[in-house]
Amino acid sequence: MDDDRVFRALADPTRRHLLDRLFERDGRTLTELESELEMTRFGVMKHLRVLEEAGLVVTRRSGREKLHFLNPVPIRLIHDRWITKYAEHRVAALADLKTELEETA
Amino acid sequence: MTTMTAQTTQVYSVFVRATPEQLWDAITKPEFTTRYFHGSVIDSTYEPGAPYTGWSADRSQQFVEGEVIEADAPRKLVTTWRATWGDDLAAEPSSRVSWEIESMDGGVTRLTVVHDELEASPKTAESVASPAGWSYLLSAMKTLVETGEPLAD
Repeated sequence: MDDDRVFRALADPTRRHLLDRLFERDGRTLTELESELEMTRFGVMKHLRVLEEAGLVVTRRSGREKLHFLNPVPIRLIHDRWITKYAEHRVAALADLKTELEETA
Repeated sequence: MTTMTAQTTQVYSVFVRATPEQLWDAITKPEFTTRYFHGSVIDSTYEPGAPYTGWSADRSQQFVEGEVIEADAPRKLVTTWRATWGDDLAAEPSSRVSWEIESMDGGVTRLTVVHDELEASPKTAESVASPAGWSYLLSAMKTLVETGEPLAD
């Protein structure tokens, strides 16, 4: 139901970067995430809010800290709705080809 | 590509057009679990201390071995969780799975699965984070509950 929000959230390189940072290590505080980006605290907060509204980031309290977790389910829903239906066989074939070409290169 | 070590606390969340009671049934009743949980039957009385086990549909193979820690229908279910679908996984210690169900506005319910205490169970952590893991299960459950039909392969 919220595909639009997810696509919009993913359409920004900073937000994709934040997701990659959380993929590497989950459950981080704003301060930790901020320290890895050349951006004001306010800017990072704004991006995290967009990610949270799209469901791509879920926050949980741990004591006094607010931890940010990557939630892969919205991406999975897009995969199941769009990729599987239209392109999985072709995408898989292309991915195999890419791997093969890169390995023999 | 770098190989990542799977997270020791994993959070999965999905919005479903359904009531909390419908989601509780989808989590606890075999007639639902067989249709999205890789065909498995979940067995438990959902009382604290009771066993919580998952089986293949013909019960020839056990997939999950656990115990109910907390059950508050239709809001929260917490169990221990030892994956037994592989010998290497079964050798790892129990972790913990929490299902949290939260009613939102507009007939939507939020389901959040937190799988944690995975520090000593890296293979289990990797398996449940894989494409056949929690993200698939929640996507498949959403489709089943909203449409009455399982997710197509």
